[in-house]
This record gives sequence, C-alpha cells and structure tokens, in this order.
Amino acid sequence: MSSHESNYKPTSRFGKWLDDRLPVGRLMHGQFVDFPTPRNLNYWWTFGGILTFCLVAQLVTGIVLAMHYQPSAAEAFNSVDHIRRDVNYGWMIQAMHATGSSMFFLAAYIHLFRGLYYGSYKAPREILWILGVFIILAMMATAFMGYSLPWGQMSFWAVTVITNLFSSLDSIIPGVGTAIVQWLWGGYSVSGSTLNRFFALHYLLPFVIVGLVALHIWALHVVGQNNPAGLDIKTKSDSVPMYPYAVAKDAVGLFAFLLVFAWFVFFLPDYLGHADNFIEANPLVTPPHIVPEWYFLPYYAILRAVPSKLGGVILMFASIAILAFAPWLDTARVRSSKYRPIYKWFFWLFVFTCLALGYLGAKPAEGSYVAWARVFTAYYFLHFIVVMPILGLIETPKKLPGSITEDVLGPGAGKGATAGAAAAPETR
Amino acid sequence: MSSHAEESNRRDFLVIAANAFAGVGAAVTLWPFIQQMNPDKSALALASTEVDLSPVKEGQAITVMWRGKPVFIRNRTADEVKSAQDVPVKELPDDVARNENLAADAPATDQNRTAKGHENWLVVIGICTHLGCIPKGQALGDAKGDYGGWFCPCHGSHYDTAARIRKGPAPRNLDVPPFAFISDTKIKIG
Ligand code: HEM
Ligand code: FES
Repeated sequence: MSSHESNYKPTSRFGKWLDDRLPVGRLMHGQFVDFPTPRNLNYWWTFGGILTFCLVAQLVTGIVLAMHYQPSAAEAFNSVDHIRRDVNYGWMIQAMHATGSSMFFLAAYIHLFRGLYYGSYKAPREILWILGVFIILAMMATAFMGYSLPWGQMSFWAVTVITNLFSSLDSIIPGVGTAIVQWLWGGYSVSGSTLNRFFALHYLLPFVIVGLVALHIWALHVVGQNNPAGLDIKTKSDSVPMYPYAVAKDAVGLFAFLLVFAWFVFFLPDYLGHADNFIEANPLVTPPHIVPEWYFLPYYAILRAVPSKLGGVILMFASIAILAFAPWLDTARVRSSKYRPIYKWFFWLFVFTCLALGYLGAKPAEGSYVAWARVFTAYYFLHFIVVMPILGLIETPKKLPGSITEDVLGPGAGKGATAGAAAAPETR
Repeated sequence: MSSHAEESNRRDFLVIAANAFAGVGAAVTLWPFIQQMNPDKSALALASTEVDLSPVKEGQAITVMWRGKPVFIRNRTADEVKSAQDVPVKELPDDVARNENLAADAPATDQNRTAKGHENWLVVIGICTHLGCIPKGQALGDAKGDYGGWFCPCHGSHYDTAARIRKGPAPRNLDVPPFAFISDTKIKIG
C-alpha cells in the first residue's frame, strides 16, 4: 500500500507455509506493526483506535441483545425490560449497548473536530475524509433505528417525526412524500411492521459500517497520517513504527475513555436516555416535549430553525453533506490551525456554534430559542461557504517547523542524522 | 476491411442488447424487493369502522382508531361552530377543505369541513400535518391553542374549532376522512 516495505519475517514453519499461500500475517504486520506513524502525534490521534473499539463493542453487545430481544409491537417493550431484569448480566450488557452508542458518537465527534482543526481533510486525504462523512451518516441511521427498538414513547414518536420528514417531498411532487413514508412504515402509521424492519436494518447497518471503516483505514494507510504540524513524513526520523509507540499511546487513551464509559454504564446507565422511554409506545398520545438523543440535537435545532418544512429538512441534511466539501472549500496553504492565527478563532467559534445548536435543540421551539437557532444555523453554514474559502486566501500563516522532527526536537534538529536520508528518500 | 467493421458493429449490437437485457432483468427482479415494504392488503382490510355518537354530549370529544390512525370526533358547541363559520377563507393559511368527501379544491369553509345537516359534528384525522404528532385538545383539561381547537405541542401548531391550521409550522388543515352518517347518531368512517 504505502511507500514503506514490511520487514515481516515469519518465524514458525507454519507461518512460512501460510505466508506463501495467504500472506495475512504480512499484511497485518505491514499495516499495524511496523507502519510508520508521525512521531509528533498527540492524544487527539487516539480516537481512531477508540472508535474501532466502540464499533466492536456495539457489535458484540448488540448480538447478545438480539438473542433476547423480540422485535414485535406487542413484545418489544417487555423484552427490553426482561433483558434488564431477568437475563443474566442483561442489565450490564444492555447498559453497555445503550450508553455505548453515546460514547461512540462522543468519540466520533471528537475525531471529526480533530480533523477539522488540523486540516486532515485537505489533500491528499479527501477520500479518507469523505469516507468518514459516510461513516457518520451510517452511524446516525443505525442509532436512529436502534433507538426505535425499545418501543417506548420516545422511540415511537421519534420514528414518527423523523420518517415524516420525507412527507415534505409532497411539496415538490404531490403524493411522492406520502408514498415514501408509507413505504418506510409498511402501513398507514408507524406500527409493528415498522419496528420489525428497523430491527432487521439495525442488525445490518453496523456491518456496512465495518466495510466503510475498512475502506477508511485503507485510504489512511495509502496516504499516511496527518499530524499536529500538518507536515508530511519526509525522513526516517520523522516517524516511529506503529508498534509499540502509537499502539501504547492508543492504549492509554482508550483506557482513559473506558473510565468514562464504565462510569456511565455502572453508575448512570439511564442518564443519557429520556424518562418518557420507560412508558410503552402509545400511538394515541404524543409526549408533551419530543427531543432526540443528545447526539442529534444540533441537527434537530437546524430542522426547527427553518420556517418551511421542506427547507428545514434540506438544511438538516446539508449540514452534514457540506462537510464532504471541506477539502475544496478550505483554500489555506497550511493544514494545521496551529499555524493559522485568525482561522483558529473561527474554528472555536464553529465549535461553540455546534454546542449552542445542541443546547437549543433540547429547548422548546419557541420565542428567542428559535431566533438564536437561526443565528447559529446561519453561522454553521457561513463557516463553510464564507470563512473557509476567504480566510484561506487572505490569512498569513505562521512559520511552519522545517520537519516533523523539528516540530518535536526544535529547529535544526535531526539535520545531521538524516542529511543523507533526506537526499535519498528513505524506505523503512 | 469492410467485413471487419461489420463484425465489430454486430458485436456492439450484441453487447448493447445483452446489457440492456440484463439491466431490465435486474430492474424487474429488484421490484418485488422494493414492493414488499409497502402496506399490504391486510393493512387495508380494516378499512372501515362504525361509530355510535349518542354518548358524546355537546362540547365533548372522542377519539377512535381507523386504519391505525386516531380520528377526532368533536360535538361542537354552537359558539365553536359560529367562530369557525365566521372566519373568512382568505385568512386561512390553507384555504382548501381537505375533505375526502368533497372535491380536492373545495374551499375550507366550515360547511365544507363538516357533513350537511350535522354541522355540530367535526370528524378529522388527529394527526398533525407537520410531522405527525397527536395534537392536544381532545380531553377537557387540554391546552387547545390560540384558536380554541387543538394545539400540537411538538413544534407548536395551532388549529381552530374546524381543525384548520391557523398558526405554526403545519402546512395543511387536519384531514377529514371519508365518512358518512348512516343514521342520526351513527357514522361510518372509511
Ligand atoms: C454501529 C453500531 C450500533 C449503534 C450505534 C447502536 C445503537 C443502538 C441504540 C441507540 C439502541 C437503543 C438503546 C436504548 O435506548 O435502550 C440500540 C438498541 C438495540 N441494538 Fe444496537 N447499535 C449498534 C449495533 C448493534 C448490533 C450490531 C446489533 C446486533 C443485532 C444491535 C442490536 C440491538 C438491539 C437488539 C437493541 C434493543 C435493545 C435495547 O434497547 O437495548 N445493535 N442500539
Ligand atoms: S408535528 Fe405538530 S407541530 Fe410538528
């Protein structure tokens, strides 16, 4: 894949035999053991490993839940109760899965903002970045369908409100929106048929995510990792092998993350959920205040900020789609915001905007809440279509370090040791 | 030379024909896999329901289920009827009746929202036309919104006493389902 050559040497006879027939060991060694990683990575780079852990954890706990869960309108609510009360260790595994999805999104959002701050979306990592946007979308679809499964009041009404978004297409071609909504429901309202198909898709989509993640990592290992300085690996001294260096750092990050994860699982298992979801779904009564899970709040705020039904839906989807265009909207010459004195402030303004939208999404859609949601929705998009292209052209970046090695060891470092190497490109 | 050109033309034709055939075949095979998700005939089977209105006193409302959807039936007071009749149609955000028993372009007058001779009875599908929540207003203590009809708490849509949208994000009046009086105190919905 990338320019380095693996120094894999199978030791056992079986290893040699296998290497001539199916070199998986060689592939893994080359990609995950002696793969060159920039020597200046900080802890924000441990979230990729953390996300991989989250995905596996959701798969394992999810498959266990599916062994006890019943996807029918009559039984779903009771079967989740049964998992939590009766199934051996069901209380723990259910809590791991339910809080696991929040942790997964937390890690994904940190990972995404890391990419935005350090310019990881810029050439040559455009495909890598776009695959990430697809992963976020697939995660959203998965979590949305998963949330329907406990068949509580919030499950039911979240499905109703979100599937109904498609009915806004009626205002373009009358009848099309309604047809799509009834196709999604398998009926004239949200019903057991809807639940059943959502369960099937909730089981399927995580495996689609596994496939997307494989492509994401493949693309990463073709172009190599970005790093806090936003520089490319040029000499041998700029990088360290993935094992043990990056792996050890990832492990420290992962365990810190697991402390938070475990805190929620064991002490606050229902804190991130909504009390109304402990009431069984009732198609005749809408809860007074419908809110999505926290990780959907900013989009919900954008949806409600727009006075037109179709317009709200379009902007909501656009808020994610626009991320995919960041590589071309950002005109700056340097990647890392560390060296962009003005953009840095806009970056934090953007982070604040997303948090503010999240806060407003949890509030009722009335009065000043709506007005503020409009202001922040506007800035969300302006950041991409005005700040990114214009600032990149007019801002003068700070002086970059000469190399990744200099970023770590200071100016002039590594020159002597790698002078020859710099002249003749190094292979490891 | 010419035979060579002819040969490749025949090949082109075969390639295009084979691909077109396979393409149509794939599309035809896909269709059942899409269609299986649509509501089936058993969902349509429960298509009509009869409701006895005699226990519903003036000012009261009941909710019945039809095709898995709640139907609001309100025995409106004279005041409620009058306030609905007094609104000029051009003041309404949605000026068509949305009554399945009438033409699609019938104006949204109170007469067109109800059945002739039974103007006190309002029969509508109780699903907010915004994103599908169930508006409040059926129970006596419920918030009924600024226009005394129904209020949808999800995103704040206000409906009047003829269940017409007056304020908020909902685009349409609540739908009047197909229904008919089969006696003075009984209706058949669907
Ligand atoms: C991308 C990974 C996944 C995410 C983000 C995710 C998310 C969710 C969410 C948010 C819930 C609702 C939990 C609650 O509020 O109680 C849920 C429930 C459920 N999920 Fe997943 N899930 C994932 C993978 C899986 C997999 C692979 C399976 C295997 C079949 C699965 C099976 C289930 C089952 C049976 C439930 C219902 C039980 C319950 O509510 O706890 N999930 N999921
Ligand atoms: S669903 Fe009724 S106002 Fe949105």
